[in-house]
Amino acid sequence: MRKRSIVPIVYILFLMLPIYWLVAMSFKPTNEILAGFSLFPQTFTLDAYHTIFTDPTWYWGYINSILYVSLNTVISIAVALPAAYAFSRYRFLGDKTLFFWLLTNKMAPIAVFALPFFQLYSAVGLFDTHLAVALAHCIFNIPLAVWILEGFMGGVPKELDETAYVDGYSFPRFFATIFIPTIKAGVGVAAFFCFMFSWVELLLAKTLTAVAAKPIAATMTKTASSAGYELGLLAAAGTLTLIPGAIVIYFVRNYIAKGFAMGRV
Amino acid sequence: MAKITLSDLRHSYLAQPRVPEDYALQHLNIEWEDGGAYALLGPSGCGKTTLLNLISGLRTPSEGRILFDDKDVSDLPPDQRNIAQVFQFPVIYDTMTVYDNLAFPLRNRGVDRATTDRRVREIADMLEVGNLLKRKAAGLSPDNKQKLSMGRGLVRDDVNVVMFDEPLTVIDPHLKWKLRSKLKELHQRIRHTMIYVTHDQTEALTFADQVVVMDLGQVVQIGTPVELFERPAHTFVGHFIGSPGMNVLPCEVANGTVRLNGVPVAVDGTVDSARTGRTELGVRPEFVSLAESGIEATVRRISDVGRHAVIEAMVGDHRVAAIHNGENPNVGDTVHLAFQAEQTRVYADGWLAMQEGTA
Amino acid sequence: MKTENQKAWFFVLPVLLLVAFNALIPMMTVVNYSVQETFGNNQFFWEGLTWFEQILNSERFHNALGRQFLFTGLILIIEVPLGVAIALSMPRKGIGVSVCLVLMSLPMLIPWNVVGAMWNIFALPDIGLLGYTLNHVLGIPYDMTQNPFAAWVTVIAMDVWHWTSLVVLLAYAGLVSIPDAYYQAAKIDGASNWAVFRYIQLPKMKNVLTIAILLRFMDSFNIYTEPFVLTGGGPGNATTFLSIDLVKIALGQFDLGPAAAMSLIYFAITLLVSWLFYTLMNRENLNDYKEIEQ
Repeated sequence: MRKRSIVPIVYILFLMLPIYWLVAMSFKPTNEILAGFSLFPQTFTLDAYHTIFTDPTWYWGYINSILYVSLNTVISIAVALPAAYAFSRYRFLGDKTLFFWLLTNKMAPIAVFALPFFQLYSAVGLFDTHLAVALAHCIFNIPLAVWILEGFMGGVPKELDETAYVDGYSFPRFFATIFIPTIKAGVGVAAFFCFMFSWVELLLAKTLTAVAAKPIAATMTKTASSAGYELGLLAAAGTLTLIPGAIVIYFVRNYIAKGFAMGRV
Repeated sequence: MAKITLSDLRHSYLAQPRVPEDYALQHLNIEWEDGGAYALLGPSGCGKTTLLNLISGLRTPSEGRILFDDKDVSDLPPDQRNIAQVFQFPVIYDTMTVYDNLAFPLRNRGVDRATTDRRVREIADMLEVGNLLKRKAAGLSPDNKQKLSMGRGLVRDDVNVVMFDEPLTVIDPHLKWKLRSKLKELHQRIRHTMIYVTHDQTEALTFADQVVVMDLGQVVQIGTPVELFERPAHTFVGHFIGSPGMNVLPCEVANGTVRLNGVPVAVDGTVDSARTGRTELGVRPEFVSLAESGIEATVRRISDVGRHAVIEAMVGDHRVAAIHNGENPNVGDTVHLAFQAEQTRVYADGWLAMQEGTA
Repeated sequence: MKTENQKAWFFVLPVLLLVAFNALIPMMTVVNYSVQETFGNNQFFWEGLTWFEQILNSERFHNALGRQFLFTGLILIIEVPLGVAIALSMPRKGIGVSVCLVLMSLPMLIPWNVVGAMWNIFALPDIGLLGYTLNHVLGIPYDMTQNPFAAWVTVIAMDVWHWTSLVVLLAYAGLVSIPDAYYQAAKIDGASNWAVFRYIQLPKMKNVLTIAILLRFMDSFNIYTEPFVLTGGGPGNATTFLSIDLVKIALGQFDLGPAAAMSLIYFAITLLVSWLFYTLMNRENLNDYKEIEQ
């Protein structure tokens, strides 16, 4: 037992090293970073964080990111739920083809779409809005959400639906008060993945925004190139992007292992 | 094949058990003869699976020893105990063929090719899966899967004991009967010591020569199916075995006379007056009849089950079931019940309280 | 069994509309560009399949494609076995499970450009933890901005760091779904550790591993942001994978026609490989079950 646990411990250490370095660097003043190697911050400073929390272009980046990620998660789950139900319960004309076509969109190289997306969203007047990014991210999050939810719903016996109808439930009431609570682990897992993929994506988010809805990731790339090489600031901004992810994982940690095992994921 | 002795066995899932309630398995002393067919019968949570896992070595007992033919195996791991176990749900190796599944335990022990082949075919024929040998195990029906996991237990001819842990749970009712008789037949042909765990009395009584009835981590009675039926050692056995179960009614015992609601009742021999505590009268519905005189009762319900009717009558606040042939009384009628004396016994605090040798 | 119900289309409609809006219109734009030449100011000239021929015959595309397959192949070879090995040695219950899951998922929830930036800082030759350790403690000359081999090692290490946990999570989910009885039966059957892995654990993990490999294939084949931020595709073109090359052509040189043609070829390759892989794995599964019906 003891010997076996060495493997995960070494792996986690490997995962933590670059993160440690990022966090450590965010507390160092620029001079110290450029002067040479130091394992721990010699002069501990919160300057970088101070800059981020006082400069609107920085902190609005975070707000923008969280806004469109949440919006995307809500939209993706809301439309994926009925669709996944249809795929798991009914046969209909073209169902298999449709399902496969949905999945192919998960395979589409995002770089392929960057430019056409820009033109499309400019044409419909959504350019530089949170909604534009939220909708664009649907292209890979909806197929994923449908896929995951369909797996979970397939595990729920059809008798549940039938019993509810016999008991006089209308479909919307059954769906909202019985069915969704039954697969809430699946909804949790799907929401987790939607959040994750929307949060980490940069190319589309950057392409579809200019000022008003600019994500934090884009603000960072600008810092890296324009304002010289402000490594401390960059590291601090990067460190702050870890936090929403960490919070989300913490909340779904129990679902992840169980959820994966239950669904066909 | 071996004789199995459990001596002063106790087991607790807690690291430091203090009170008796901490033990999933209370003090046990059992001896199982070589080549016998035994059943462990009891309701869920009575400790029968725990006992099984102790014998197979999947768990180590907190106290006491387990001997196979006088050899202490208490601390040996499962693979060195030379046992076989069939689980509640069929455990098969999906990616292997039926043949490879059956050969697996032999190959792991380095049995030569020819012997392996002979044994596998023998067992496959006995289980009637001989025509499926080349198929992938994943595609079998549930009953064939369960046969396969039985087969893996039976294929080794050197096993000390084959254990079955409620093996028919997932089998369709009409196939249950078939597999049950198959198992009995296999035991007669192979003569391995077999222990069959179940909460189903029919399975236990048809399979076993000796049934061990367990409740709350204790063995309440060990006996042949007939003994369990005719002379339950505990009201629990009376209740658990039989359909409907034994009638258990509070009674008063004074000066060797047993009274039910004030009416004296004849019993099978002499009450052991050394046994004190809550006294109850036990009599099976099969031995209760309607009579001209006797204990007065009001008929509450009659259920006709085909060959006979089960009459439920109230004696005071207590319900008594009687199996009755012939014309049925009406619900609400007042009737008189007669208990067959040699099948009527007194229990004190649940345990049989009749003097030895009076049976 | 599922019932036939055409009204189910109404349930699927919102998904269909949203995805179609995002997929079909841009795809039509791309197809449109791919057969035309533009010199800006919205003038287009019909080019037919010229761009496709040009791309398919260009050495630049061949090189990028080769690098792409090498990269995807390498990370699959490393991440899948490593992920399985880690999942096998993870605790099954207790507080350790949560700790492992939370810490291991962390890299996957970091925005991709931050991953690139983080590894950049980590690997800087004189001031990064990795660069400094290699150069000054272990004495191995290392500079990913100059040396293509060092750049490759860094990009691969970054991807392993970033995505192995996905394989771990999926494999772990497969493992915990195996009932205890299987392990007990194997013990009683005298199976070795290897046999337990080969005949119990691996078959149970097969489905989730298929998904893990598919996801890793698709995502690594589309990789753009992380290597772009880390190495910018360099040194030279050493780490210019397909997406990076594509963006260079489309946005850098504004050669919309060739870029669009390349997009389509690229998409077709991804689809084809995924489909092949998917059907191969499925066919094997089907074979397992077919034999019942014979």
